[in-house]
Amino acid sequence: MKITMPRWFYQLASPKWCYDILGMLSPWLGLAALILLSVGVVWGLVFAPPDYQQGNSYRIIYIHVPSAILAQSCFMLMAVAGAIGMIWKMKVAHIVAKSAAPIGASMTIIALSTGAIWGKPTWGAWWVWDARLTSMLILFFLYIGIIALYSAFENKASGDQAAAILSLVGIVNIPIIKYSVEWWNTLHQPASFTLTKKPAMPPEMWLPLLVMVLGYYCFFAFVLIGRTRIELLEREQKSGWVSAIINEAR
Amino acid sequence: MGYFNSFSDFLNMGGHALYVWLSYAITLVLFLYNLLSLWLKKRAFFTQAKRQLKREQRLS
Amino acid sequence: MNFLLATIRRELLLAFRNRSEIINPLAFFVIVIALFPLAVSPEASVLANIAPGILWVAALLATLLSLESLFKQDFEDGSLEQIMVSPQSLLLLSIGKVISHWLISGFLLALLSPLLGIMLFLPPIAIGALVSSLLLGTPTLSLIGAIGAGLTVGLRKGGMLISLLVLPLYMPVLIFGAGTVQAGVMGLPIGGYLAILGAMLVLSLMLAPFAIAAALRLSIRG
Repeated sequence: MKITMPRWFYQLASPKWCYDILGMLSPWLGLAALILLSVGVVWGLVFAPPDYQQGNSYRIIYIHVPSAILAQSCFMLMAVAGAIGMIWKMKVAHIVAKSAAPIGASMTIIALSTGAIWGKPTWGAWWVWDARLTSMLILFFLYIGIIALYSAFENKASGDQAAAILSLVGIVNIPIIKYSVEWWNTLHQPASFTLTKKPAMPPEMWLPLLVMVLGYYCFFAFVLIGRTRIELLEREQKSGWVSAIINEAR
Repeated sequence: MGYFNSFSDFLNMGGHALYVWLSYAITLVLFLYNLLSLWLKKRAFFTQAKRQLKREQRLS
Repeated sequence: MNFLLATIRRELLLAFRNRSEIINPLAFFVIVIALFPLAVSPEASVLANIAPGILWVAALLATLLSLESLFKQDFEDGSLEQIMVSPQSLLLLSIGKVISHWLISGFLLALLSPLLGIMLFLPPIAIGALVSSLLLGTPTLSLIGAIGAGLTVGLRKGGMLISLLVLPLYMPVLIFGAGTVQAGVMGLPIGGYLAILGAMLVLSLMLAPFAIAAALRLSIRG
């Protein structure tokens, strides 16, 4: 069976083409991230109204929720990129997956620590085995496993494939983990209210949140592109176009 | 200024200053760490690559 | 099919020739269980309360312990490579390996568990739940664990890494396995729990062999 993909898809497989295109995108994404994040933070911290129940502590939402979304999107991206890399033997896809892993892990740390801190004024404890926090913790363990697997292989190509297999296994497991943790949580703590479920947030509260989510995505893309480009250079060091870039940088 | 009467009111965050500012600080640190590690990775590659290029030129 | 049976037969024969492969996980299981009364409290009420969790965690760790050697020997003496270049499918080999691994670890652990349940003052009505949950849950553990073993077989220090890769994936099985026993203790029906454990087994039986075979292929190519 031969699946034909549009032309740009095959161009993606060329490291030089990717390096150039990503280099063109990178400054715009950085700029967008800077603007969106500063607008979102000021809007969320200063201009959004306080919550009638939680007061001002709810303002943690503007950094907590986007990082949780990003942590999950990043894992999804790694699995999709890993699958593309395995199916079409595309080195660039593996490099994207590898570059995404540490960023996703740091997003998970942000989500976990801000969630725990938010728990203190809300639940009265620094850590609560809430379903969302617990599944985020397991996601963090999955990230650690994948990063450890990358560094365990001396041969980079084998490490890429191993991590791709593990992230595909992980992505099948994530819904199961989520479901089982939620079930387990209701068994053990019947009356817990979650951090983010609210009776319909007014727009002056969720608009800054939307801005923050977009800002996080832009920041993520900016760092991902940066890491991917350097990894491309590292792996293609023997080829002519990389030597030209190194000579230029002198 | 927004929903706060004064700057100290803003810093106080309605008594939740510790939680709000601690979580924003952690987030800021991790964002900066991401940028820093990107920059270090870039610098490490270029110093290594230049050194290797020089060695090759000397040999040839 | 013949190849599958031959693999299982070979693995079991090897295990019987080298008894420690069978005895070590069981001994580990018993010793870990014996640690808890010493560390927590020998009191019956306390132990009975935490027994479902302890038994399941100990069974999980015992399975994990025996995973590292699953493909090691065959990888080192080159028989995996031989099978890969032969017309026999790597898929059947992985299924056979997992089945024999389960027979000498999970299956025996399940048979041994009633004794340890009694030692931890688990109420007798929950013994059935304990054995049936282990019988249905440990094959899933072997299947998922074999993926980790396949990925790390070519590495010199794979042991620690396997646990790191596999333990997060074990958590759903642990939750429902221990949940089954807990429900048994409270005298609740356990059919639903067993159904979920069974569903997880079917799902991993369908998907895991492909992942194991892919992992072995990349480890051999190295």
